[in-house]
Amino acid sequence: MQQSTDIHRRIAQISSHINPPINQQQQVEEGNLWRSDCRAKGGSPGFKVAILGAAGGIGQPLAMLMKMNPLVAVLHLYDVVNSPGVTADISHMDTGAVVRGFLGQNQLEDALTGMDLVIIPAGVPRKPGMTRDDLFNINAGIVKTISEGIAKCCPKAIVNLISNPVNSTVPIAAEVFKKAGTYDPRRLLGVTMLDVVRANTFVAEVLGLDPREVSIPVVGGHAGVTILPLLSQVKPACSFTKEETEYLTSRIQNGGTEVVEAKAGAGSATLSMAYAAVKFADACLRGLRGDAGVVECAFVPSQVTELPFFASRVRLGRSGVEEIYPLGPLNEYERVGLEKAKKELGGSIEKGVSFAKK
Amino acid sequence: MTAAILRSALRRSAAASYSSSRGFASSPGQQRKVAILGAAGGIGQPLSLLMKLNPMVSLLSLYDIAGTPGVAADVSHINTRSEVKGYAGEDQLGQALEGSDVVIIPAGVPRKPGMTRDDLFKINAGIVKSLCEAISKYCPNALVNMISNPVNSTVPIAAEVFKMKGVYDERRLFGVTTLDVVRAKTFYAGKANVNVADVNVPVIGGHAGITILPLFSQATPSANLSAEEITALTKRTQDGGTEVVEAKAGKGSATLSMAYAGAIFADACLKGLNGVPDVVECSFVQSTVTELPFFASKVRLGKNGVEEVLGLGPMTDFEKQGLEALKPELKSSIEKGIAFAHAN
Repeated sequence: MQQSTDIHRRIAQISSHINPPINQQQQVEEGNLWRSDCRAKGGSPGFKVAILGAAGGIGQPLAMLMKMNPLVAVLHLYDVVNSPGVTADISHMDTGAVVRGFLGQNQLEDALTGMDLVIIPAGVPRKPGMTRDDLFNINAGIVKTISEGIAKCCPKAIVNLISNPVNSTVPIAAEVFKKAGTYDPRRLLGVTMLDVVRANTFVAEVLGLDPREVSIPVVGGHAGVTILPLLSQVKPACSFTKEETEYLTSRIQNGGTEVVEAKAGAGSATLSMAYAAVKFADACLRGLRGDAGVVECAFVPSQVTELPFFASRVRLGRSGVEEIYPLGPLNEYERVGLEKAKKELGGSIEKGVSFAKK
Repeated sequence: MTAAILRSALRRSAAASYSSSRGFASSPGQQRKVAILGAAGGIGQPLSLLMKLNPMVSLLSLYDIAGTPGVAADVSHINTRSEVKGYAGEDQLGQALEGSDVVIIPAGVPRKPGMTRDDLFKINAGIVKSLCEAISKYCPNALVNMISNPVNSTVPIAAEVFKMKGVYDERRLFGVTTLDVVRAKTFYAGKANVNVADVNVPVIGGHAGITILPLFSQATPSANLSAEEITALTKRTQDGGTEVVEAKAGKGSATLSMAYAGAIFADACLKGLNGVPDVVECSFVQSTVTELPFFASKVRLGKNGVEEVLGLGPMTDFEKQGLEALKPELKSSIEKGIAFAHAN
């Protein structure tokens, strides 16, 4: 059956140049080449992306990488200081995206109007000895203000929230959107990609493989023990000794702290965070474009556990999160880890919700 | 190239990921060590990120006088094939350099508003001299990509240091002028209303003010720009760096676009080393295309660095005038560098 369809398709492709179709539309059925042109429907094939906090430690390399991404047509760089300098710098790069800078809170609305995707690295980073929760007081206020702007100016945008503590800031954003009547649980995502990136790197090191060949889901949240790597679900399938499991789980959970310590007061992960954020934003854009099979881990409003938010593998599409996958089979170690994660995560979510409701 | 590097880093599976669409020689299995001297600085950090994403790199060595353990820990978490090592302090410079195939040097201080690149000379000349002494000792065969300003002087300084140590190979020393090319392409695409991805503009001369000479008459795709427009584009390309220094209002000079350009040029060097044919980039190299000892023009890159210095091509009267006007300034910057290397 398969063979005859293949043969018919090959004949159609070969004969198409002998009898060229009268209109372009006909060719869509035959080849994949024209599909992306069709979807653009005459508009620019790229998306409008805003980075809030573009002049910061994460924001700058993030802006550079997004400027290099061919899926971006317009790039808005917003911050409370220094965004004109970053904008001038990046605007010289010879790639297609048009860059505009916005400075100060009174330009926030202009930065957000018309955006398809909003990436939020804004906020202060940890110093040695701090947990992500210690940032709560400052960053919660920043995220609340930004969310109010999004609800007003681009309520349908996909939101990628990086500002820590993500376990609390995502619930804060949700409450703000609910209050404004614009809440769409498919369009709010806490970025946990850096935990996935770290998991892939550390596991590949242990297995002696190229990191690009390794894939591990990381579920739960984005802080300490709420980060739960599911080593039992690693691809390619491998088993780990007890020591390896404990070493890897601990290293993945404390990856952020590892960098904070190494930077000795100069900040937290910026370059790897920028990379992970772009990797995730790119997946969101491919989903928006209509690509199939775009699956990444993200911290989203969820029913896979009894908690209102949880990170797990999600399928991204034209409306943001189209499908949330269940956690899959967990081994004993992971089941214990899951209970620990849920306890702390529940508390962080509550803290965010209470803050937003004040 | 850059979209390809980004794509390959973003894709998950190894099978799909390798950058060159021509498939061959950017072989992922090849061992290439790239060292970045000044890796914790404004240019060094995003440059380290981009080089970590480059699939041709197997070992990334990050050196600076301080801050590198943090940058190395950060970048090492990225899930690409290269191993990252951080080195801090002069006593670790040798280890950082040992066995490098390409050494990129963004080290030094940046301009503040009102300064020319030459005002940086005193500090940066000393830095470049000691780094080059170490290169001659630990990796004399490496391709050296000089970013530290003023490039018009630091490249001649490097050449003199290598000569004095008996390791000079004029094919392996490059002043990175790629950012001027990037700017010329961007500004031209904007004015000519064409897709910047299709644009090519050669930029010759040097890497400061009027020594930067974009040859818009040779730009492709061609566009009917008036003489005024060409003059404006030329000036804007020449002052592109100053534009960013002013916009940053004391907070530094171009870092992200410089990292981007530096990564493009280093990538071209790696492709050349790996045997990819027809790798052509503009660069400030030892040259006989004019009577000056160093000059930027298109060069073809290969297994030994510069395989061929290409000629300047046909020029309009405006460009010929620009060429004559830049030579005295470029000459004196070159001589200043040579004099410094011998006096210190």
